[in-house]
Amino acid sequence: MSQTPNGKKNARMAMIGAAMALGMVGMSFLAVPLYRMFCQVTGYGGTINRANEGAKTVLDRVVTVRFDGTVDPALPWRFKPEQVSQTIHIGQSSLAFFKATNLSDKPVVARATYNVSPAKAGIYFKKIQCFCFTEQVLQPGETVDMPVTYFVDPSIADDPDLDDVTTITLAYTFYKWDEKDGEPVVSADTGKGGAGGGAE
Amino acid sequence: MAQAPTDHAHAEDHGGDHVPPFFIRWFWSTNHKDIGTLYLIFAVLAGIIGGAMSGMMREELMHPGVTFLTQFTGGDPVAAANFYNVLVTYHGLIMIFFMVMPAMIGGFGNWFVPIMIGAPDMAFPRMNNISFWLYAASGVLLTLSIFAAGAPGQHGFAGGWVMYPPLSVTGHPGPAMDLLIFALHLAGASSILGAINFITTIFNMRAPGMTLHKMPLFAWSVLVTAFLLVLSLPVLAGAITMLLADRNFGTAFFDASKGGDPLLFQHLFWFFGHPEVYILILPGFGIISHVVSTFSKKPIFGYLGMAYAMVAIGFVGFLVWAHHMYTVGLSVDMKAYFVAATMVIAVPTGIKIFSWIATMWGGSIEFKTPMLFAIGFIFLFTVGGVTGVVLANAGIDHYLHDTYYVVAHFHYVLSLGAVFAIFAGWYYWFGKMTGKMYREWLGALHFWIMFVGVNLIFFPMHFLGLQGMPRRYIDYPQAFEHWNEIATYGYYIMIAGMAVFAACMFDAFFIYRRKAANNPWGVGATTLEWTLSSPPPFHQFNELPRFDKGDAKAF
Repeated sequence: MSQTPNGKKNARMAMIGAAMALGMVGMSFLAVPLYRMFCQVTGYGGTINRANEGAKTVLDRVVTVRFDGTVDPALPWRFKPEQVSQTIHIGQSSLAFFKATNLSDKPVVARATYNVSPAKAGIYFKKIQCFCFTEQVLQPGETVDMPVTYFVDPSIADDPDLDDVTTITLAYTFYKWDEKDGEPVVSADTGKGGAGGGAE
Repeated sequence: MAQAPTDHAHAEDHGGDHVPPFFIRWFWSTNHKDIGTLYLIFAVLAGIIGGAMSGMMREELMHPGVTFLTQFTGGDPVAAANFYNVLVTYHGLIMIFFMVMPAMIGGFGNWFVPIMIGAPDMAFPRMNNISFWLYAASGVLLTLSIFAAGAPGQHGFAGGWVMYPPLSVTGHPGPAMDLLIFALHLAGASSILGAINFITTIFNMRAPGMTLHKMPLFAWSVLVTAFLLVLSLPVLAGAITMLLADRNFGTAFFDASKGGDPLLFQHLFWFFGHPEVYILILPGFGIISHVVSTFSKKPIFGYLGMAYAMVAIGFVGFLVWAHHMYTVGLSVDMKAYFVAATMVIAVPTGIKIFSWIATMWGGSIEFKTPMLFAIGFIFLFTVGGVTGVVLANAGIDHYLHDTYYVVAHFHYVLSLGAVFAIFAGWYYWFGKMTGKMYREWLGALHFWIMFVGVNLIFFPMHFLGLQGMPRRYIDYPQAFEHWNEIATYGYYIMIAGMAVFAACMFDAFFIYRRKAANNPWGVGATTLEWTLSSPPPFHQFNELPRFDKGDAKAF
């Protein structure tokens, strides 16, 4: 169309349009890391935060923490919480155990994703230690107790949206760690595995 | 094509009606009117298929139990249930991507945007051609996808037009979903190219003196739609590309077991999906404005308000996507924002509804078929808009999410709203496009039967939804039978209306054969297409119309 008087103007406009479209494709892929960061910063969708030490204050208010453990159908494990629930003071650190058994005759590597419901409590639910921070290996037939140390952040009391929260459910789902997905990350500082959590 | 003040820029421009031979004219077409015609034919074919699918669903839902679709699956009720969900999925995709969008944007947009702004053709006629043929290829892939293997042991993709993972990743290992993704890639590329073409045409090729603020509202509506397409479709392309990678290349964008998040897909999808519903309805707003103004014999009330209401709807449309996702576990604050933002859209929409009514007010109204459809549109779209405001409330949506109330809502705004707008445009421009008039009473009969039929289909769905009937199931408890049966009777009436439409078209071409005047609608029809012959010459405006002398207005 370059022979027409409008050719240059039209080509420029088409370039702007194409740039807008390509820019939006880029934005949609940029959304992937941004979304993960957003979930980790805000606790959106029940994403849990990690803490290095327990809370400084303990409140009178109590909360019941319920536990849930499920296993992906592709993973030959049995995985169950050893207690139905724990009632703790807000700010108090507590230790809970889950029992996992490898039902197969091969060593199996697996990793748990986690979140809490109601989702709005995610930002206040802190874990100090958890088996879900790293991959877990179970030998054939082996049974282990898996600990998690957690507390509920006292700043929950400052958020009126959470006044109705008396029960928080902490849910884990174990998935098989596939060899072809690359080397399992065994260092203790990768909290990424559960970012965004499952839909459980 | 050249925007030349005289007609010597192109050799083929001489005479204005030099028509190429059949194959070159229709397969290598670069003429905006011919491409518009191709899009309209495509949309009619897709509408017949999509409409037949809804008929099969209504027949199945007439009575509880798996009663009808087993005929297509050799008596297997599980395959019938899968087939039902396949019908739901492809009915939605076909009606959205292959019926409403080609009819409104590709069909009427291609036909009348260049004419209304006084341009000889689109800015990039060859790109226009590839847009159409990409669409045709996309339609082929979509059709193949229906018959390809989907869920284990089943055919087609049955996960709904929203394609949420993990159902669309691990739930459908067969190639049906991959074909569907490629079909949407092609349709998206086609629409983006078409949108760039419209934006360039409207910005650069308006007749001398036709400022944006003198431009007809249909051109405004297509301009806003084109921007929505360019900004939203790439996000869908990105999201379904991630689906494709998750399915075939071992990535984990949406796989929770490897640190991905299926909710991310819903966010990306609805960031596209919500603007998409405005893409479907905005050109309809433009058509209705012209029809109402023409048959009230008054200029449109509040022209600038009408134009900028569409801009506002388009802009706010990008900020409300998560109101489709109230039940996924959004925080209260987040829901409060999306409720408020969603309700804001009722303001510009209200401006449009009241401006149409104000246009009719005191006008010399003629109830010709296009006007009947336009008034029907205003009524039905308002009903759908009101239920939309109900659903915008997160608290109420928790109760109504994925029930038939939602089905009723979006069919009132789309199946009744957008489709009535398409019929209004069809009858309004039929004489202009074909050079033949339809028989007025047949058009009116089509309207009245259709109006009764569609209301009988969809109004009872409000009751079913409020009573808690969920969507996307082949079967339902006995208690829901009454209104389901009535909805199916409504479908029969609607089909009778479509038969009248077919008869009306056959009659217009082969029996009535009345030649259309240049302007059959009289003094109310003021836009440029009515200054041309019916049908317009193969190339129009060798001498460009001018709006820079005096205070001539184009709307």
